[in-house]
Amino acid sequence: MKHLKRLSIALTVAALMAGCSTGVKLDDQAPVEDRSATTNAGANTGNTAQSGVAGVNLGQSDRDGGGPVGVSRTIYFDFDSYAIKSEYQSVLDAHARFIKAVPGRKVMLEGHTDDRGGREYNLALGQKRAEAVRRSLGLLGVSDGQMEAISYGKEKPAVQGSSEDARAQNRRVELSYR
Amino acid sequence: MEVTGVGLTQLPIALAPFRGEAQSPQRISAIVQADLERSGQFRSIDAAGAALDEVSRPDMAQWRQKSADSLVTGSITRLADGRYDIRFRLWDVVRAQDLGGQSFVVSQGDLRLVAHRIADFVYEKLTGERGVFSTRIGYVTKAGGRYSLWVADADGENAQAALSSPEPIISPAWAPNGTQLAYVSFESRKPVVYVHDVASGRRRLIANFRGSNSAPAWSPDGRQLAVTLTRDGSSQLYTIDANGGEPRRLMQSSGIDTEPVFSGDGRTIYFVSDRGGAPQIYKVAASGGNAERVTFSGSYNISPSVSPDGRWLAYISRVGGAFKLHVMDLGTGAVSAITDTTADENPSFAPNSRLIVYATQQQGREALMTTTLDGKIKARLAGQGGDIREPDWGPYQKQ
Repeated sequence: MKHLKRLSIALTVAALMAGCSTGVKLDDQAPVEDRSATTNAGANTGNTAQSGVAGVNLGQSDRDGGGPVGVSRTIYFDFDSYAIKSEYQSVLDAHARFIKAVPGRKVMLEGHTDDRGGREYNLALGQKRAEAVRRSLGLLGVSDGQMEAISYGKEKPAVQGSSEDARAQNRRVELSYR
Repeated sequence: MEVTGVGLTQLPIALAPFRGEAQSPQRISAIVQADLERSGQFRSIDAAGAALDEVSRPDMAQWRQKSADSLVTGSITRLADGRYDIRFRLWDVVRAQDLGGQSFVVSQGDLRLVAHRIADFVYEKLTGERGVFSTRIGYVTKAGGRYSLWVADADGENAQAALSSPEPIISPAWAPNGTQLAYVSFESRKPVVYVHDVASGRRRLIANFRGSNSAPAWSPDGRQLAVTLTRDGSSQLYTIDANGGEPRRLMQSSGIDTEPVFSGDGRTIYFVSDRGGAPQIYKVAASGGNAERVTFSGSYNISPSVSPDGRWLAYISRVGGAFKLHVMDLGTGAVSAITDTTADENPSFAPNSRLIVYATQQQGREALMTTTLDGKIKARLAGQGGDIREPDWGPYQKQ
């Protein structure tokens, strides 16, 4: 097990180094691996170069870790609203304590919207929700370096469907520890 | 592909079956015919059973009787090395004139491309404008929990996967050279912008800053991209060198600025902003400065696309609870809604400014459609299974 973990760290480092060799300056906050490991360059034989496409297949990304035990990791919002309801104050308090307890701990604040409207505009609206949570945690003493506000827009609904109930469950910010 | 609607003036054209196409992998004449019909500028005259090829001397009186103004004849022959030899000729039936022809020798994988080139030749000869049938469209599908970015012919056929991912992919945008796509990928569980060379599969991260990185749009010279970043708080517009580097902030606004798109001359950036309280489309000089509002009716106007000739703005407007494709004449400001669907998204102009591709829903399923700017001729594009969305029409291909 220990051996496996070391191997996976080595692979990650190799992937990061491979990413740097492209000459693109990456932000130091959140490096992203280029997982273009499986390029099917030969898969389109029979096509000439002018219309050939080499497909890239990405694998599953890593999944979440914990968060404070017994505390919700989701904050819901009203329609067209970016204000955090008072009922979530205790949830945010608990997360703020949890994050501050370990300086290396990091939380992603992932904003989401319901299914109405354009994809890019919803991405911006989800960001607004994530920013609201970031500011609240900031007021509770969480340092900027330990959290990052991002958005999925309407791309990752918690519940499928266009009912009012589904939409209410999709307007949310998820706190994700990585 | 289904084409619906009747245009006002359509040129009647007969496409004779190409000699040898019954034994070939692609029915060339049928592909050319579907292309021409989808443009809205042609009406097909039945030519079934005609035994003609590019060297035949057609009986013009007979085709005039069928009310054809033009006639295309041709042949396809399999060569000893496995490639195909395709030849055609276009006739002006009314004047009994030979309008020229071409020949191609290609592998099987490029037979559809040849058919689209023939349609481009016919379109340009008869309308005086460049055809867009041999261009490519990028789009995204979601099926079985996987997201795929596809590169397909302009009729939606011949789709090839450029990227497949367990996480969402949105906002593909063709580079002006037609060889690269920029897009937003969530593969690292946050939105970042990649530039992807479709022939080789090589990818470069172009925007991976703190927060969300989205809405890439190429400048017409291909040297820079406009993107939406949240590194300084709310969603704001930046330009960034196509080779990477430090982004430059275009404006300072309170609230959301997103969905930038360059005008054809590269001087203006159209974008969406909620600075007035609700999302509207604005424009600003590509170098920055003061923004000017462009849309005034409705309380939700998003996803601008400017025609390459600079005359038209396509966008999505919420009307009641419906999201509908609208086209604005930028010269007069006149606006018309050109669909009867209610979940339209993401319009993108063909490089000749004559057609728009957009995503919508039909019978509860996502679909890609093309439409003429007056909304009269619509075609549903062929596509992969599953949900299909986020179309972007690529530039003219090098001949």
